[in-house]
This record gives sequence, structure tokens and C-alpha cells, in this order.
Amino acid sequence: MPPDIEGKKVYDLLILGAGPAGLTAAIYGRRADLSVLVLEQMTPGGEITSSDHLDNYPGFPEGISGVDFGLSLEKQALRFGAEIVFASIEKADVLGDIKKISTSGGDFYGRTVVVATGTVPNLLGVPGEELLRGRGISFCATCDGPFFHDGKVAVIGGGDAAVKEALYLTRFVDQIYLIHRRDKLRAVSFLQDQILRHPKVQVLWDTIVKSFDGDQQLEKITIENLKDSTTSELPVDGAFLYVGRIPNTSFLNGLETDKQGYIITNEETETSVPGVFAAGDVRRKFLRQVITAASDGAVAAMMAVDFLEPI
Amino acid sequence: MSKPIEINEQQFQEKVLDSREPVLVDFWADWCGPCRMVAPVLEEIAGDYGEKIKVVKVNVDESPATASRYGVMSIPTMILFKNGELLSTIVGFRQKEELKKIIDSNI
Repeated sequence: MPPDIEGKKVYDLLILGAGPAGLTAAIYGRRADLSVLVLEQMTPGGEITSSDHLDNYPGFPEGISGVDFGLSLEKQALRFGAEIVFASIEKADVLGDIKKISTSGGDFYGRTVVVATGTVPNLLGVPGEELLRGRGISFCATCDGPFFHDGKVAVIGGGDAAVKEALYLTRFVDQIYLIHRRDKLRAVSFLQDQILRHPKVQVLWDTIVKSFDGDQQLEKITIENLKDSTTSELPVDGAFLYVGRIPNTSFLNGLETDKQGYIITNEETETSVPGVFAAGDVRRKFLRQVITAASDGAVAAMMAVDFLEPI
Repeated sequence: MSKPIEINEQQFQEKVLDSREPVLVDFWADWCGPCRMVAPVLEEIAGDYGEKIKVVKVNVDESPATASRYGVMSIPTMILFKNGELLSTIVGFRQKEELKKIIDSNI
């Protein structure tokens, strides 16, 4: 056991992110008797907590709300004695034998690190987007949908998330414009079938957003049809953005990533740096789901055990 | 120990705008997941600050006019008031330390 650094404990396992990957790693790490600290900047549970319903995790025949699932994970990790500190990570220095994580709540040290920081929503980078965030522009239909009762909203995107959330919004709003830059959706076919048949939904194909306009709150969106290059204005009360996500790794240096920034690992979640593992959505992988995140977390924790005490 | 208090539309003037202490108002609703995560944080804030600030909760479904007067379109939204004036608006979940920083720099 290395000595304390600056009077601070050196954890066997430092986990960055308290989503399904990080908290599963915490559970497995604690059960293998490692000292475990989890750092989280937002809420325990990760991205799934902004989902109304988690319907495809095995063992929940009726599904479970994203928030309940997240809170249960936290409870379970705490039951096994994991520590969770809420702070935002500023810098991760992971190349040495002792890894140092600098956060808004001070520095933390670990002999191994699991990076499980997930992804953050992608932005369009158009005028008005930052300014009107929380003033009509939202990234969470579950959180903000009911504010637009009987209103008109735009959903931007064409993947599973965009279509699923647009369908969720049909409960509240009068009219949904699904704005998609291509001429067909990427979402899985059963979602496509539902959205294309829905009387409240109008899909605007081959269309991009040029700007979000409004004074104190969003009033309209300026859109461009890519086929005929015409620009028009779409009056809406709200806009929900689901235009992909990007890996949350800006604080990290020295790990091998792919072009988009996802951390490259082998099947055992090992990164290019010894003692550093990546789990969940932040890792380059085929399928980003709660179950694959949990699976990564379990593997990463057991790999950390193996790294600390090679058999 | 101080606790967050739930108020309705009619009480907003008295409990918030006319309050002698600064007031942190949490706009929330049953259907809002992240609001459930903010709730325990606000209880701790109320406990930690004691008499120095008041923490009140406004249900946006029961007080739609109040929510709309302050442009609340995303919840949780927390607004800090002092002497009837809006000092700071915080949209989305925040950890306790972050909330404390915002409160301390304003009151």
C-alpha cells in the first residue's frame, strides 16, 4: 500500500463517473475488497436518469424509471462501502504509477482508474443555441416536456434518441416538427413506424437549423431546406436537441482515442495506459446501453483487481 | 433545523418577495426526475444555512403563473431572491457545494 500523498488517501480504485458503468465498477471493486472512490459531477445514475423509462434492462419486466434505476445503483454501491464525492473533474494525470485527479473539490489519488465519464450532448453550434438553453431549448424531454402543453415544439435529430423523445413529447404537445438533415431516419424501424404514423408529428426532411431566435425565450427557428436551399421560419414554443453525443474526456491526456475521442480499449477495458481502464459510453464500442455499461464496469473493476494483485 | 417549505401561488408575495431573509426558490414537479435528486440537496442547504436563508419549493403544476412570470421552462430551476429582487437563476441539477458557492457570492 503506497503511503498517503499530502495527507490524502491513495485509493486502490478511483472511478470517474457515477453512471451505470462507474457504479457497477464500484460494486465489484468493493466486493473484491478494494478501497473505492467514485467522482461524479452531476447526479448518480448518469444519462439514463434523464430517460423516462428504462425498458430494456433485463430483470425489470415492467421497466423502471431512469431516476429510480440511478438512485438504486447509488444505494447499492454505498451499501458495499464505496465512497462517492460530488465534484467536477478538472484534470486527470493518469500516466504515472499513482494517478492524480484534480477536481473542484480537491485532488484525489488512486493506484488504478476507471474512466466512466460517458458522453455529453452534442450542440449544433448555431446562433441562439447557448442563449436560449433552458429558455425553450432543452436536451431532456422528460424534464421539460410538460412545459409545452398544447404547444408546438421541434425535435432535432433522426436517431433513436430523437425519435423516442419525440414520441414521448406527443403526450403533451399539439404539434411536433421532427427536423432531420437527411431524407431518412437512423432510428430503429419500430420507432420509425410509430413516428411516421403519428398524427401530431410532421417530419421536415433534408432540413437543418440555421438559428434559434427569440428575445427572452425561444420564439422561432430559422431552418433551411437542403434540397432547394430555401430558408424559412418555424414558430415554436420549444426545441429539443438530439443531435448525437460526444465523449466526455476533455480533462484527459495521454490515452489513445479514436477520431471522435472515444477511448480505445481491448475487450478487457484496458486503455493504452497501464492501470487505466475505460468503461461505458466513453469507450469505443458497438453498443452504448445501460447493460453494456454495467458489463464494462464489472470487467474494469476485476481488471483493476488483477492489475493491483497479479495472480 | 430548517427545512424547505412548500408554498403556493398566493403565498409567493409574502414568503418570497416580502421575506427579510434571502430566499432560494426551487421550481419543481412530480414528473421531473432530476427534481427528485435536487430535493435532498436542498434539505441539506436549508439545514446548513439555518436562519440565514429560506428555502421554498414551488410546484410548477400548482403555481403555473409564478413559474411563467419568472420564465421557468426547464426544471429543476432554482432562483435566489433578496429583498424581492431576483439575484440569480440556476437551471438544472447542482451539487450542494456549487449551490453554496452561488448562494454565498450573492447574499
